[in-house]
Amino acid sequence: MTDQLPALEGALCPVPLPHKDRIVLGHGSGGRMSYELISEVFLSSFNNTTLAIGDDAAALTIPCTNGRTGSRIAISTDSHVVTPLFFPGGDIGRLAICGTVNDVAMLGASPICLTAGFVLEEGLEIDVLRKVVDSMRAAANEAGVQIVAGDTKVVQNGKADGLYINSTGIGLIPEGVDISGAGARYGDAVIISGTIGDHGIAVLCARGELHFEADIVSDVAPLNGLVRYMLEITPDIHVLRDPTRGGLATSLNEIAIQSKAGILLYEETIPVKPVVAAACEMLGFDPLYVANEGKLVAFVSQENASRLLVAMRKHPLGKDAAIIGIVTNKPGHGVALKTTYGTTRVIDMMSGEMLPRIC
Amino acid sequence: MKYLNEYRDSRLVQAVIDEINRTITRPWVIMEICGGQTHSIMKYGLDQLLPANIELVHGPGCPVCVTSLEMIDKALAIASQPGVIFTSYGDMLRVPGSHGDLFTVRASAKDVRVVYSPLDAIKIAQDNPEKQVVFFAIGFETTAPANAMSVQVAQKLRLTNFSLLVSQVRVPPAMHAILGSPGNRVQGFLAAGHVCSVMGFWEYVPIADRYKVPIVVTGFEPVDILQGILQTARGLENGTYEVINAYARVVTFEGNKPAQKVIQRVFSECDQKWRGIGTIPNSGWRLSHEFEDFDAEKRFEVTGIKPIESPLCVSGQILQGLIKPFECPAFANLCTPEHPLGATMVSSEGACAAYYRYGRSS
Repeated sequence: MTDQLPALEGALCPVPLPHKDRIVLGHGSGGRMSYELISEVFLSSFNNTTLAIGDDAAALTIPCTNGRTGSRIAISTDSHVVTPLFFPGGDIGRLAICGTVNDVAMLGASPICLTAGFVLEEGLEIDVLRKVVDSMRAAANEAGVQIVAGDTKVVQNGKADGLYINSTGIGLIPEGVDISGAGARYGDAVIISGTIGDHGIAVLCARGELHFEADIVSDVAPLNGLVRYMLEITPDIHVLRDPTRGGLATSLNEIAIQSKAGILLYEETIPVKPVVAAACEMLGFDPLYVANEGKLVAFVSQENASRLLVAMRKHPLGKDAAIIGIVTNKPGHGVALKTTYGTTRVIDMMSGEMLPRIC
Repeated sequence: MKYLNEYRDSRLVQAVIDEINRTITRPWVIMEICGGQTHSIMKYGLDQLLPANIELVHGPGCPVCVTSLEMIDKALAIASQPGVIFTSYGDMLRVPGSHGDLFTVRASAKDVRVVYSPLDAIKIAQDNPEKQVVFFAIGFETTAPANAMSVQVAQKLRLTNFSLLVSQVRVPPAMHAILGSPGNRVQGFLAAGHVCSVMGFWEYVPIADRYKVPIVVTGFEPVDILQGILQTARGLENGTYEVINAYARVVTFEGNKPAQKVIQRVFSECDQKWRGIGTIPNSGWRLSHEFEDFDAEKRFEVTGIKPIESPLCVSGQILQGLIKPFECPAFANLCTPEHPLGATMVSSEGACAAYYRYGRSS
């Protein structure tokens, strides 16, 4: 050991990096960087009241020529990119159907039809495409919707990752149903339909980069059946959202902002499969930020919560449903979590890309 | 999860807290060296459970935070060269250099890849013989064995397209620097359990003796951390300054001898620059003479790099435990994880990021 000591340098800092001049992968993570990109580039330019609401789907009233009020529809579009194209529990085709069906269903709407646009990379095997299309048909049948229009483009080899699919969905919002991310009310119970993080961990394992295998399949599933069933129990659902990229934490933060409400979660009530918890532990991820493709969160009044929960648990897609938190009267406080020790911590949106920790 | 849940048991946590409350009679300042421990403390809110007269200050044990700006700039320069595949632990991609970060380099169509182990980088080198594969070998004693081993493997495989950009740091010289500094407030240490699993804890005995501070080798789960705090508090209250192992299920006095041997063979000690702290004598490792051919700094032309630091951030003082993250004027407004001003905000192990993420404002 030496007696020499460093002359402490004091204040030091690198130049800030806003990533405002070029797209980086973090912009697509579904977290805060995506949120800021949407606000600063798209919302500011497209600027209209429907878009500004910020739900997963837009609610519109179809004008009638005879002057009567028309039906309310929900419309949503989603582009799907995933590596690998096939993973345990699903594939890009099933994802493309379920993702859009679910976005439409999150306004309480029954999906009527879908469109599908394909960007195909030169060299893609037709058999692979056929397999994806078959999977889309099966998922569409499961959801009870038809794919009624489509488009195909081919790009040069190396310009895409096999294939990308964009899908758009239209659904009918039943009368008396008014669901929006802005609908959370003080005292509402927050219900999750099942275990979180299954999809993200399944896809991560399927990439083979981690060199460990986990017995986990993606939860990708159409949720419109579950939503219809829930609305039969009570049409008075205030918020529905499927926590996809950015995970439950990011979705709840969006709802807190839209509803100008605070949300308090109870750590021990949030369902996580042991295998997902273990994988997250090894990689330094938090299941709250890992993607889901077959789960929803619902906000309902306390008097409807237990009845709805009991019913949801009887549905195959809701058997692990749980009440995980409440809406507080602390707007601007975002999302907080009460740990098993009674301490509290803030649950922020995901920042940029989800990165494994070094040690 | 066996061997984890036991150490998160809320009854045990409460029992240790009760014991800490019974033990403490005066205010004490304790530093947890390791960023992983800072992260656990914030994640579980353990600081909220402690009596008010125990102050935890967060040490410089975040490898991402202390890697010097000059080294980040070298990484950016190498990663930007044609024909290079630059590989790194994920956290490092977000650390800003003087002009951009590794994300920016990747967005400029350069090949930057996240790997989970330097052995993954070896595999990439084998699969891409026409490319130069560089691994950013940062970290404390914990990452050193695997990083060192990758060079041995590369030598054995006669890989001529693999090299390491080395920025290894060691804990004991940093503790020495903190305790010897005139502004030091730290009275006891939680030593980093994972570092000690490799190196043992014999290196800490002379530090405890010389500066008369208790040092407790501590793990990372809530019960582990609180046990570490309890043992440190007992030492402080009793006026004893021993090195105690409170992480005996993982750590031995001698440590992992084969791992130490690999480190000794591949690396040799050197002075190292720590971001925000400065150069600490003998606090780093570089590739030893025998393995110089694998040194990316020598293989690529990255001399003449002059880092530009911004004056706003005070991460240096935070890394030395002199101030708390929320005392920084830029915290959470000018400086967030998306727009980090300082490295402590970048890594999930960094003190500022932990404070930001888990919402500490006081």
